[in-house]
Amino acid sequence: MKNCMKCMLDWVDARFPLTSNWKTHLSEYYAPKNFNFWYYFGSLALLVLVIQIVTGIFLTMHYKPEATMAFSSVEYIMRDVTGGWIIRYMHSTGASMFFVVVYMHMFRGLLYGSHRNPRELIWLFGVGIFLCLMGEAFFGYLLPWGQMSYWGAQVIINLFTSIPFVGPDISEWLRGDYVVSDATLNRFFAFHVIALPLVLLGLVVAHIIALHEVGSNNPDGIEIKAKKDPKTHIPLDGIPFHPYYTVKDIMGVVVFLIVFASVVFFAPEMGGYFLEANNFIPANPLVTPPHIAPVWYFTPYYSILRAVPPILNSQFPGVVAMGASVVIFAFLPWLDRSPVKSIRYRGPLYKRWLAAFVVSFLVLGYLGTEPSNVWGQFAASMPIIGGADRATVVARFFMAIYFAFFLLMPWYSKRDTTKPVPERVTA
Amino acid sequence: MAKQAKQQVDQGKRNFLIAATAGMGAVGATAVAVPFVASMLPSERAKAAGAPVEVDISKVAPGEMLPVEWRGKPVWVVHLTPEMKASLGKHNDKLSDPMLEVTSQQPEYCKNATRSLKPDVVVMVGICTHLGCSPTAKLQAGGDMGADWTGGFFCPCHGSKFDLAGRVFKGSPAPKNLEVPPHKYLSDTVLLIGDDSKGTA
Repeated sequence: MKNCMKCMLDWVDARFPLTSNWKTHLSEYYAPKNFNFWYYFGSLALLVLVIQIVTGIFLTMHYKPEATMAFSSVEYIMRDVTGGWIIRYMHSTGASMFFVVVYMHMFRGLLYGSHRNPRELIWLFGVGIFLCLMGEAFFGYLLPWGQMSYWGAQVIINLFTSIPFVGPDISEWLRGDYVVSDATLNRFFAFHVIALPLVLLGLVVAHIIALHEVGSNNPDGIEIKAKKDPKTHIPLDGIPFHPYYTVKDIMGVVVFLIVFASVVFFAPEMGGYFLEANNFIPANPLVTPPHIAPVWYFTPYYSILRAVPPILNSQFPGVVAMGASVVIFAFLPWLDRSPVKSIRYRGPLYKRWLAAFVVSFLVLGYLGTEPSNVWGQFAASMPIIGGADRATVVARFFMAIYFAFFLLMPWYSKRDTTKPVPERVTA
Repeated sequence: MAKQAKQQVDQGKRNFLIAATAGMGAVGATAVAVPFVASMLPSERAKAAGAPVEVDISKVAPGEMLPVEWRGKPVWVVHLTPEMKASLGKHNDKLSDPMLEVTSQQPEYCKNATRSLKPDVVVMVGICTHLGCSPTAKLQAGGDMGADWTGGFFCPCHGSKFDLAGRVFKGSPAPKNLEVPPHKYLSDTVLLIGDDSKGTA
């Protein structure tokens, strides 16, 4: 029997590089031995991607991308399709969890300098994946054709209207109609289920190929390939990904699935943060709900959009600021001039700026879920800010911190005092 | 074979052929892209769906408004009371465009104090000029909008404020006044939205 398996494997290997790929990417891919908690989120992102694709395929079997039927087909999935409710809740929870996992994965990069030389391309592919994910979330959110779907899409498409000269034509082209309509729903469905998933998968493959070419970073931010066993040429601090990290990641998967299942079963709407109440009302093109806000993972950028006042009667600067707040991540490998990669050996300047960035991201995220008058107005008698919405002023302050974290990085990362980096990885 | 390999490659000719092939390929790809990009424009059916809408306004009492749908957008027909009409002239200094200088926002025949054909019936597209939400009617003065509110519309998305004639207040994110659609009266009480051509409809 064993011999037979071997001869079948030989037959395949003569025709397809099965064993060599297994070795390159798993059994002989040497990853640093000091991975910690933060290194779970890459494989978890892959898991969520699989969940989204599988649940998505089964949802398309019952969903109708047509304006008069979309809302009721989602309710049909929830009430009449056997097991439909759990598939749909897995998909909607998966969307939010995707962003939780990806934000943690990105934060890991900021902690340990995973974006630095020689991993710039991995980071750029990652930014591409992030943009794709935002597109997937946006297009997918229109599909249930609820009030929030409709007016969210209306607002985001109208952002393009503010582009000078060509803006209105671009919006019309994106919608395929003069208002968000059946044509818009139908094309968003196409983008959501085929166009973007294809791009996303391609980018994920590129992300992993690039990673396995240069090797993984680690919490010490040093290159394990610099110290190899002279005989075997295996990094001294490297351990094979399989079985060591496959087992570690399975442990992470188990914990993640406990959290995931808890949300799916006990809090699928997550108090209105994962599924918004207004989206249980069918889309009505004539009435905007009294409070519209994007889903939580978009709110930091939405806050930035709202915080920028119109300049010369144009909303365009706000739109540019919002776009910049996302795209600026792509420049990180070149903004960071520190001689060390990991936060373990960085000085107080970077640590403080990173903390300030995290705080501003969270505050902007919170404010984006609330109306801009949530904290009332400053007294009219105050200089400069008199009469202004408190929340808007606070959002402007944290927006400044958000951008300063990136734009001042070339200076503070270079000036920072650093600790000596060890030769070999520490525990 | 050995003799052939020694032959000089004409690099200039090779570069020319590569450039010519790539150039023709790019032209072809662009030409093929045209129908795909164009297919995303509003279809002929969507263009044809913009038919005018007839509205009977006899039942709209003074101080009330009637929302109707035209081209998938909300259009408001607001019947002003004499007090509402009087309030419109009093806050020009707080408006971004009180004199209606942005000509795209109303037809020429509505360039007057109430932006309307009949001085007490205002017709406008209920879509905020900021990012396309539909503002909420706050027709009565005062109330939850504050003591100095003289009636108008408030956009829930980003807080733009408009007066009863759809003119935007300064400090709003919306850059322009609400749009007044082309319209005309077929009789004293029947309004046609979407068509203002002369002659019989």
